[in-house]
Amino acid sequence: MIPAAFDYQRAASLDEAIALLSRFGSDAKILAGGMSLLPMLKLRLAAFSCLIDISRLRSLEYVKEEDGMLKIGGATREALLERSELVRTRYPILLDTARVIADPLVRNRATVGGNLAHADPANDHPATMLALGASVVARGPNGDRSIAIREFFKGVFSSALAADEVLTEIRIPAPPPKSGGAYLKLERKVGDFAAAAVAVQITLGSDGRIARAGIGLTNAGVTPVDAAEAAQFLIGRTPDARTLAEAASMAATKSDPSADRRGSVEYKRAMARVLTSRALERALQRAQAH
Amino acid sequence: MAKHSISVTVNGVVRTAEVESRLLLVHLLREVFRLTGTHIGCDTSHCGACTVLLDGEPVKSCTVLAAQVDGSQIATIEGLEQGGKLHPVQQGFTEKHGLQCGYCTPGMIMTSVALLERNRNPSEQEIREAISGNLCRCTGYVNIVKAVQHAAAAMA
Repeated sequence: MIPAAFDYQRAASLDEAIALLSRFGSDAKILAGGMSLLPMLKLRLAAFSCLIDISRLRSLEYVKEEDGMLKIGGATREALLERSELVRTRYPILLDTARVIADPLVRNRATVGGNLAHADPANDHPATMLALGASVVARGPNGDRSIAIREFFKGVFSSALAADEVLTEIRIPAPPPKSGGAYLKLERKVGDFAAAAVAVQITLGSDGRIARAGIGLTNAGVTPVDAAEAAQFLIGRTPDARTLAEAASMAATKSDPSADRRGSVEYKRAMARVLTSRALERALQRAQAH
Repeated sequence: MAKHSISVTVNGVVRTAEVESRLLLVHLLREVFRLTGTHIGCDTSHCGACTVLLDGEPVKSCTVLAAQVDGSQIATIEGLEQGGKLHPVQQGFTEKHGLQCGYCTPGMIMTSVALLERNRNPSEQEIREAISGNLCRCTGYVNIVKAVQHAAAAMA
């Protein structure tokens, strides 16, 4: 399949990318890994007059801990995230997530920033970022601004980024001691979108009760779903079987999936409950191990 | 719309082309450079039949623009045989009957070559994960795994 014709510019710098976006407006689109964008263009589900390639900007590829946060450059390849020792040891929920994004070949090109900026509720990182309480940095002609991930997803393929902004960095607060998270995805085969997937991040207090919790659902609505009520329910409670089961049920009520070949609405919602339950257990294990 | 002059090293040879922005890498290789060993399977970035090495990393060439690879190194199936001698991975696929129809095979081999460059002694699990982006409808993957193991042993 052949995309409709477009202009292509490889941005030599972030400033140049922003200048090009300012010039072309919403007719232009940032191209990073292209693993979501190019298939859409080939299917002619979208068309842009200009693609601005930022994938060669090394300055946007990094994974580092600084100022009490994990900072990930917007153009960081998923494969780099997967291979990061820092991520494996300190943020294993991100490794859980990266490992189930598409397949290893796609992950050699796909970027973390793109996975968020594309604003597809079926992508995997959004739910994890919701659970982690992350934020993103958007740079435009007037400089940088920080957008909380809860404010970022507006609709299907629609984010809070302005037409002249680039998502340059993802920021995740460094977890306190006794924190743990997990991302579990049910898929028909490697590379599929989720039938259901859940991200959970919790922190235990010194009294053993849950001090902080975040739960995100993938492919369960027109935007990534923040199961905030379920997370709020957990706070101050002892993580016993009944509490966790209740939270899992509450999270599942926020699941509003479409029926398709991956399952009926009832099936997907039921699986959201099961996966929340399992992710809570795994997150708890990891939290208690610290 | 403007065309781009690109220069790309394919199997060690510098090649240039004038391309439309929308030309896919797989079409650059097959239609412009007439290297038809790289196949188009699903065209939707699922099957991996189009896998080539881009600066050493296996990628799905149906989902990369030719314009994006200006200045890069590409390795395709055609470049593996050196001086009449098969690459150990090719030899492994021969010895262990790692192909039937052969359609997925170039992509499967390129992914395996990249795997063995990075991990000279992969476990079965690591092999299966590495090739999980390459679909095969004929073999059931068993002999593909054996082929890669054979190659790993030969390259040890």
